[in-house]
Amino acid sequence: MRKLYLPLLILLLFVIIIGGSWLGIINDYWQLVLLFIGINIILTVSLNLINGYMGEFSCGHAGFMAVGAYVSGILTVWLFAEDKVFGPPVLPVAWAIPLFPLALIVGAIAASLVGLLVAIPSFRTRGDYLAIITLAVNYIVKSAIENMEVIGGPRGFVGMKRVMNNMADVFDAPWLLIWTFIAMIAAVLIIRNFMASTLGKGVEAIREDEVAAELMSVNTRRIKVIAFMLSCGLAGLAGGLFAHWPGGYINPGTFTILKSTEIMVMVYLGGMGSISGSIISAIGFTLLLEILRPLGVFKWVVIPLLLVVMMLVRPTGILGNRELTDVFPKLRAFFGYEEESYALASD
Amino acid sequence: MPLLQIRNLTHWFGGLRAVHDFNLDLEEGELVGLIGPNGAGKTTVFNLVTGAYRPTAGEIWLNGDNLVGLRPHQITAKGIGRTFQTIRLWNELTVLDNIRIAHASRIKYGIADSILHGQRYRKEEKEIKEQAMELLTVFGMEQYAHELAKNLPYGAQRRVEIARALATEPRVLLLDEPAAGMNPGEIGELLDLIQQIRQDFGLTIWIIEHQMRVIMNICERIKVIDFGETIAEGTPQEIQNNPKVIEAYLGEEAF
Ligand SMILES: Nc1ncnc2c1ncn2[C@@H]1O[C@H](COP(=O)(O)OP(=O)(O)OP(=O)(O)O)[C@@H](O)[C@H]1O
Ligand SMILES: [Mg+2]
Repeated sequence: MRKLYLPLLILLLFVIIIGGSWLGIINDYWQLVLLFIGINIILTVSLNLINGYMGEFSCGHAGFMAVGAYVSGILTVWLFAEDKVFGPPVLPVAWAIPLFPLALIVGAIAASLVGLLVAIPSFRTRGDYLAIITLAVNYIVKSAIENMEVIGGPRGFVGMKRVMNNMADVFDAPWLLIWTFIAMIAAVLIIRNFMASTLGKGVEAIREDEVAAELMSVNTRRIKVIAFMLSCGLAGLAGGLFAHWPGGYINPGTFTILKSTEIMVMVYLGGMGSISGSIISAIGFTLLLEILRPLGVFKWVVIPLLLVVMMLVRPTGILGNRELTDVFPKLRAFFGYEEESYALASD
Repeated sequence: MPLLQIRNLTHWFGGLRAVHDFNLDLEEGELVGLIGPNGAGKTTVFNLVTGAYRPTAGEIWLNGDNLVGLRPHQITAKGIGRTFQTIRLWNELTVLDNIRIAHASRIKYGIADSILHGQRYRKEEKEIKEQAMELLTVFGMEQYAHELAKNLPYGAQRRVEIARALATEPRVLLLDEPAAGMNPGEIGELLDLIQQIRQDFGLTIWIIEHQMRVIMNICERIKVIDFGETIAEGTPQEIQNNPKVIEAYLGEEAF
């Protein structure tokens, strides 16, 4: 029975959010906020795999997000919408509804392949040097897009709004929010399940002592490739969702170091190596950005200040590397993970 | 054929020759000691055998397989386990996880299964956890399973390191100064433990140790190195009376 609580809660949330949006009870503004929350949760838990669980310092996550955004954005526009560059839709517009998630997955795969650009140097480099490499990859991706005139260069790429409108014309539903919700749940489960496995625990062994990990039979290179590809792939997935936001455009300026920093802030606020911390902080931070929106540029005074205060008061982030269920053990009865049954028995 | 064969192993750190022309034949079931003054090159030999460093020259064979050039996890999977001179547990992980992770080379499920947690995954993970708990029970440490490794007392951490090495299912176990920092009582327990696991797991053991009580007690054969050179080899009695050994240790308290 207790194993059903979590799926039921997820289902309930899904019904409330999607149903509410469909019926118009949740207005366009709040739908947008919910969309950003979902995307930010994916970005945060995925970066947490590298910066929290693996203890590396990747600061170019927005670069991988950009790859996913452009690849899946271009793909859906080419396939399902009338476009100046790509001409008439290649496929019947109605196919957009079942094929949309596939386009997202292609974007994710593209981003995870670019992730190899970071994974391979990570065999030999750690810490500061690897951080610089991730930064470089972020710049490379952004500059590459800026120099591709076909896809709009620095002005950005448009047309995704037509795709979403076409989908809504075929069948009216908050499609983007639906897929964002599903992708968010999938991302959280992927990271949680992987990190519960003996294979995934190798990631933490690398953080704690990489040499000992390799000497104790962990194939550290393979683990690093998996971790980077998984993390970058999920960032690409988040990017693909973001590309189809109601604004209807993406441009390279969105995927700068500033965006990467934002994602890092969410990871550190929530706590390294804590999935529930990442979720809480992604929600909190997205709402905070909305509250601070009237401040304009000055929010970039308030947010770093907040981070400084946080680091002074609670350097480990909201949850450190614990989960909500460790802080409130009673919750385990509802959300407890079967794998943790040993821990339950010893309480 | 010897289980582990080392031929003319030599290693340079820049201009420093840390190990020179080291040779060893380790027969199945033997318990052999490696001693020498500080900086003699003992740990370096272990690091070469386990693949942490790639030797400048020489050959290492385990049961007929050449180990030189393999990555450390591959060498470990072939059957060489080790502990470290200074404890290198994964501190922020539980004791159980420390042991679990050392099963890595025997995981058969793939990446997809590690995420989807299918039937095969659950079966394998259950086995790994059971094996890990069994191992902890052998070491009398099942009550520590869910403690973070860093929270254990020093002696217990040393034992977890040995348990973790055993979880890799080694044929040869390399122990780098396992008695370092232990009091006489703990050393006695350690000696019993080594004898016990040697029997129970059918191990061949190669041990570096400064504590003469340990070396003289359990080793059947001892090799002595100084400045990377082998200066003596023989039974504990032969070594104790070897003038070269006494000279090398002159000024050291151990002898
Ligand atoms: N990674 C390294 N780089 C450069 N020199 C090293 C390295 N590791 C060890 N050395 C040097 O090689 C020599 C042998 O070191 P090693 O650690 O093997 O000695 P040891 O016999 O284990 O000594 P101890 O009893 O102090 O543990 C020493 O002079 C040491 O300074
Ligand atoms: Mg040493």
